[in-house]
Amino acid sequence: MSFLEVLYFLVPAAIAYAAPLILTAIGGVFSERSGVVNIGLEGLMVMGAFIGILFNLTFVNVFGAGTEWMALLAAMVVAALFSLLHAVASVSFRADQVVSGVAINLLAVALCLFLVKMIYGKGQTDFVQERFLRTDFPILEKIPFFGPLFFQNFYWTSTLAIGIAVLAWIVLYYTPFGLRLRAVGEHPMAADTMGINVTRMRYIAVMISGGLAGIGGAIYSQSISLDFSHSTINGQGFMALAAMIFGKWHPLGAMGAALFFGFAQALSIVGGSLPVISEIPSVFLLILPYVLTILALAGFIGKANAPKALGTPYIKGKR
Amino acid sequence: MSNRLVNILVPVISVILGLIVGAIVMLVSGYDPVAGYAALWNGIFGDVYTIGETIRQITPYILAGLAVAFAFRTGLFNIGVEGQLIVGWFAAAYVGVAFDFPKYIHLPLALIAAAGAGALWGFIPGLLKARFKVHEVIVTIMMNYIALHTTNALIKTFSDGGDNTGPINPSASLRSEFLENMTDFSRLHYGILIALAMVFVMWLILEKTTRGFELKAVGLNHNASEYSGMNVNKNIILAMVISGAFAGLGGAMEALGTFEYASVKGGFTGIGFDGIAVALLGANTPLGVIFGAALFGSLKYGALNMPNEAGIPTEIVSIVIAIIIFFVASGYVIRLFVERFSKKKEAK
Repeated sequence: MSFLEVLYFLVPAAIAYAAPLILTAIGGVFSERSGVVNIGLEGLMVMGAFIGILFNLTFVNVFGAGTEWMALLAAMVVAALFSLLHAVASVSFRADQVVSGVAINLLAVALCLFLVKMIYGKGQTDFVQERFLRTDFPILEKIPFFGPLFFQNFYWTSTLAIGIAVLAWIVLYYTPFGLRLRAVGEHPMAADTMGINVTRMRYIAVMISGGLAGIGGAIYSQSISLDFSHSTINGQGFMALAAMIFGKWHPLGAMGAALFFGFAQALSIVGGSLPVISEIPSVFLLILPYVLTILALAGFIGKANAPKALGTPYIKGKR
Repeated sequence: MSNRLVNILVPVISVILGLIVGAIVMLVSGYDPVAGYAALWNGIFGDVYTIGETIRQITPYILAGLAVAFAFRTGLFNIGVEGQLIVGWFAAAYVGVAFDFPKYIHLPLALIAAAGAGALWGFIPGLLKARFKVHEVIVTIMMNYIALHTTNALIKTFSDGGDNTGPINPSASLRSEFLENMTDFSRLHYGILIALAMVFVMWLILEKTTRGFELKAVGLNHNASEYSGMNVNKNIILAMVISGAFAGLGGAMEALGTFEYASVKGGFTGIGFDGIAVALLGANTPLGVIFGAALFGSLKYGALNMPNEAGIPTEIVSIVIAIIIFFVASGYVIRLFVERFSKKKEAK
């Protein structure tokens, strides 16, 4: 295989694996920019993956070929509602946000598996029939080099993910809503003084993160795993969390980091069929994203500029 | 109402609320909660055998809880207990299989190897926190995955492509004929004594040594500790190392006691994550950890009886545990409620 062929093989795979990470990481950006730590991203993705499959299997006769897109919507809504638990605990009940996030992760896996066993009577669901398929972008696929790289064999969901990342950047940095959201995360008291409802902003931010992570999970389950079991989402949420930090809490940065992690994941999964890479023991490829994250945190980005009020509940009247 | 009483009431109320929510979930999904909890009870205390197995299950939970609690006391959140436990598990199994010494050398050596491996896995995030101010939560999460994949690869290399190290030599085993005979041949082993000894060790370090005082001081206010001449960075690293060593020993319990081998894992054991719940429920004190571990260990083991006896998926107990964590974390609300309630009583 020539270098170019390897590239044409690897880049589409990387983008495909990155899509769920991008969406979830963007969700994390919203939540953490408003000052709420969200370790529960993993659990929210699990919920999204489960609802995606459940909806797909249940309503495939009703919606036919468009079922997978409707399932994304359902996953978004349910995961957003599920994330309310985290919002209530960490915003209103002043819980330790990290602990509450851990609880979300435990609860999501337990609840989804409980429901799977109750509904299907076994440890995993059936495979879905309507799934996201690779397609070629009309006209653009003909561009030399970039065509095969980005516009052939791609998923529409990847386009959606990248579109949402750009949208999130515009919303966070160029709209009053985004300014308020960031203000609440940096200095909630100042924001409160200016008449911004801190509690409401944080609730909205956490629910946005839930919705996006839900979509991310549903994309993963409907394009890669195709069923739901205890190991469907196995660390993707944490990787999205790492991508968010790697990207310095910026939507486009998070997208870049997620693409990079997607590339590492693609390498570890399809790398065996590539020359040179197949020589490397697979364990190194498996741990690559995690090691790189640690190295990046220690070296490149140094002390990252996390939102100042991150992790602290806002208590009115307390200095 | 005294502060101490409220501190005890919060976890107790949380557990009760968790069980109530579990009952509601069972009711809504068409199961019989009474039959469910009866099956759970029988799964924990049914006969001597189940009691033995329950205590066996509690053993690693105590150590995982100690690991989380110890780091918490120094102001560190060690989510990496899971990974530290996995590397400890592998290290103990490796020493158990690869060497052949008399028992009084072999068993301690395997335990030390496990504690050492866990300590190393805790040292890295500790060092990064102290030296580069990298948040330990992220690093320990990453270290969990690195531990999982690395030990899996090592087990494969070690067993020439197999997925199991094979049984450890009897000289490294924690197996106890005495405890087995007493509990109708359950897998109960001497590890519980080691776990309880470690509870004492943690108490000793934190309450009776200067170093423990420093560790707690750093946890309460690291600026004040720094001004009073303590080396904050050194204490952070030390806390993570000790915490990791506890977790590694937790892995040794599984490697030398329960299973007597290490195998390739498809996912996490969950013991390390449950350790967070144990520590929280036990208010991060050594004695509290015993209670937390006893509760969660029993719930986890008893849950295995629920599908057989009541036809309810075991996951219901994981749901209950997650809800309990929620309520303990949201202690502020329960505190508020308890205080209002007691004030009303006083007014009457």
